[in-house]
Amino acid sequence: MTSVPQAEPPPRGSPGRRLSTFLFRHDRIRLGGLLAGPLGWLVVIYLGSLFLLLLASLWDTEPFTSEVVHNWTLDNFKRIFEEPVYRDVAWRTVSMAVYVTIADAVLAFPVAYYMARVASPRTRNILVVAVLTPLWASYLVKAYVWRTMLGEEGIINWLLAPFGLELQGKSSLGLWLSFTYLWLPFMILPIYAGLERIPHSLLEASADLGGRSLRTFLRVTLPLVFPAVVAGSIFTFSLTLGDYILPTLIADEQFIGTVIYTDRGSNLPVAAAFAMVPIAVMTLYLFVAKRLGAFESL
Amino acid sequence: MKGRKARVARWAVFGLLVAALSVVAAGCGGGDEEGASTQIEGLGSTIEEIQANARDEGQTNLVIWGGYADKSWADQFTQETGCKVNTKDGAGSDDMVDLMATGAWDGVSASGDATLRLIAKGDVAPVNFDLTPNYADVFPGLKDQPYNTVDGVGYGVPHGRGPNFMVFRNDIVPAGTDSWAPIWDGSYPNKLSIYDSQNFIADAAVYLKATQPDLNITNPYELDDTQFQAAVDLLKQQRPNIGKYWDGVTYADQVTTFKSGETVVGTTWPYQVNLMAAEKPPLKVTAIKPKEGTTGWSDTWMIYSKAAHPNCMYLWMNYIISPEANAKVAEYFGEAPSNEKACALTADANHCATYHADDEAWWEDIYYWSTPQADCGDDRGEVCKTYEDWRAAWTEVKG
Amino acid sequence: MVESRLTRVLLRLGAGATLAFIYFPLFVIAIYAFNENISQTWPIEHYTTKWFGVAWRDENVRDALLLSVKAALGATAIALVLGTLAALAVSRYRFFGKETISFLVILPIALPGIITGLALQATILNVLDPIGISFSIWTIIIGHATFCIVVVYNNAVARSRRIGGSLQEASMDLGADAWQTFRFVTFPQLRTALLAAALLAFALSFDEVVVTIFTSGAQQTLPIWIFTNFGRPRELPIVNVVALFVIFASIIPVWIAQRIAGGGLATERPGKGAVAAAIDAEP
Repeated sequence: MTSVPQAEPPPRGSPGRRLSTFLFRHDRIRLGGLLAGPLGWLVVIYLGSLFLLLLASLWDTEPFTSEVVHNWTLDNFKRIFEEPVYRDVAWRTVSMAVYVTIADAVLAFPVAYYMARVASPRTRNILVVAVLTPLWASYLVKAYVWRTMLGEEGIINWLLAPFGLELQGKSSLGLWLSFTYLWLPFMILPIYAGLERIPHSLLEASADLGGRSLRTFLRVTLPLVFPAVVAGSIFTFSLTLGDYILPTLIADEQFIGTVIYTDRGSNLPVAAAFAMVPIAVMTLYLFVAKRLGAFESL
Repeated sequence: MKGRKARVARWAVFGLLVAALSVVAAGCGGGDEEGASTQIEGLGSTIEEIQANARDEGQTNLVIWGGYADKSWADQFTQETGCKVNTKDGAGSDDMVDLMATGAWDGVSASGDATLRLIAKGDVAPVNFDLTPNYADVFPGLKDQPYNTVDGVGYGVPHGRGPNFMVFRNDIVPAGTDSWAPIWDGSYPNKLSIYDSQNFIADAAVYLKATQPDLNITNPYELDDTQFQAAVDLLKQQRPNIGKYWDGVTYADQVTTFKSGETVVGTTWPYQVNLMAAEKPPLKVTAIKPKEGTTGWSDTWMIYSKAAHPNCMYLWMNYIISPEANAKVAEYFGEAPSNEKACALTADANHCATYHADDEAWWEDIYYWSTPQADCGDDRGEVCKTYEDWRAAWTEVKG
Repeated sequence: MVESRLTRVLLRLGAGATLAFIYFPLFVIAIYAFNENISQTWPIEHYTTKWFGVAWRDENVRDALLLSVKAALGATAIALVLGTLAALAVSRYRFFGKETISFLVILPIALPGIITGLALQATILNVLDPIGISFSIWTIIIGHATFCIVVVYNNAVARSRRIGGSLQEASMDLGADAWQTFRFVTFPQLRTALLAAALLAFALSFDEVVVTIFTSGAQQTLPIWIFTNFGRPRELPIVNVVALFVIFASIIPVWIAQRIAGGGLATERPGKGAVAAAIDAEP
């Protein structure tokens, strides 16, 4: 009787292979390895930085040099809640963010709908490029050209003059126009994506069941595309909420961003405390947006 | 193993305690005060050494008032020294102090409301005037001033000085206007062009000094509660009439707004007046120092105490106050130069006379920008409003 | 077509009007690039082409352009790595806190730039500077990479969910180790999505200014150069020229991205995806 040949143990392989096998068997560790980099970066660098800002908001300043002194105090928060100017500024900023979001949604819809459902594939490609290209035009230059256009002898008044109209450009109205213009592409693209996702069969079914254009739009399309609108609104809202360049440039109005910016050195704790307001607002907004399904539409 | 574990644990706790305490100490403790020294790391000790080091450095980063480092004299500096000049226009003195605090800039052309704060923070180092030979020719009236010298130690080289003019469209505002009244009495609603900084409160105080003598304002930067409130109220009255604010970054916009008539009267620097005159065709504006007096500035070049390019900065400081360069910048910007010899080199022979470079009497009702402090400096004691109060008030005024 | 003829006509008009609205100011920028005067009134009195030559010769512009490109490349590279890692983790596994990851990843871009900028500057001044990392191209890259991660993440998650895990498992069953699987199976499947995301992350970083103001110190990326110079009378015309150049130059990468993503640049059938990359181009 011959002995059963011993099976050769499988070759141990290179360290890389051994590591790979180890990871294959221990997928918790594999997961940890995947997440370590990005999570580490975001938590340490980003959340850590936000934490430093929070700390700053609880400290004090030396009145002459404005240097941050590590005395714990709630005075900064007290100030932004008690002094009316901060409330006015916050209200002004949030209202503008709302108006801009609404304007952008309204303006974005026709383009997005046309691109998604009406245009031929070739036109669609061209339109996508056409909508994306202005994103590369510098934000600053666009802001500055709006200031120029809105001036008393700017191009807008020159165009309106034959009609006997005049735009008091350096005003909230001009600011609203500028913001709406700047953030428009950020609304067009998610809505486009959202509309494209709606299966054609659904709309056909609605039409078959007797729904006319408007009815189909209101009852079928709008609810389905709503999360995409919310997704786009995250950006129009957030970008308006924190902008610190346009309000000074165009309207000489104080917005949350401009107040934080001017106080950033001369009174960092107050600026940091005021910064907690948009953080709180946006965190809440993101929460609500998530519930409405916006994250899936991103 | 219990003993060993206990020992390890004890050491661990001790280590953590030490770490925590040192963090707290680092945060809470103030640095111990050393005498400020002109020594900066990397700075040469003789002029030859500085020039050699500068070639290695190759550049200097400056925070400036707009127009202070124009190519027409900065390029020559680069040719002579090998130092490229990178600049950023400060929106105002606050912005300049903030920028210097980041440590990314080698030097700054600081006005009087920034200088003392920078010195107190230790962000600027005293200057060794042996290494800036052109300092010898600076007007005596600019040396050893309270805004650039502390305890007998000089902290910078004077750049030049100028007033904040009142500017107006002489075809809209009566040509003979000689008072600040038009910007305070509401005659030109929505047409004012005003400097956007809390030290404009001092301008309100200057006006009140003349129009409400019972307030007893002597120094527009030393305002007690009553005086301050009066100034703030005046500013709040003015706020609805503002057509457009301007600052150290957006100053050139004044040319457009005055040209179109969007703003017809306001405050300005001589620089903008020059720009307006250079338009084709030149703007119909007049710039004056009104009879009530005005605020102004006397600027000093200061070097960051841990400058990355100290040698180039020293060369720049010496260059900008040299007669040739100082003459050029004084004419370009429209200010009184700091170097006596510059007066002979200006393209317009009357420049120094026009800008009162040597006429101390003219500067008596020009109140240089300075930082308000609690100590009133007179027998009222420590009741004056601080820089922080001014900052908060300005935010409130702008609304 | 489900929509009525009238609707389609109205839509065409509406779309045309919006597009005109989008492009009108860009034409104004183009026209002002030829303006001789310093003041910005309209109509323009004197036209000239001299600013093009001036801009071309300007050393600062070229340096700023180079810095912008380098920073964008660095930020895109880091974002690609971190975004893909996170995306693979989220699309393949179920674990506690998965929802928080997408929240955390989007936070840098959803919070206003001034807050991100101020917070990062606080870190640079108080943590990085003392250990020797002062303002440099690396601080710029760190800032940009942080909000570019979400661009890559969204694209990669969408694509990863679509391709599923079965091919990877098959590959492992056939004896490939993890690295080989990634190189030969996973990566090729993700490649076009990553490329589209990379192009858009690059665009995001290239045009970024609100955060970069805080993280750049004395250095100048192109947007910082624009920010520093648009108020200076002699430089404003050059700014207009530079802006014009950037607009035209950017048509090329956008067109390439469109070709690569095969018409699906703005959407990734059936679902999410590249649109996030496009919309996340925060100014």
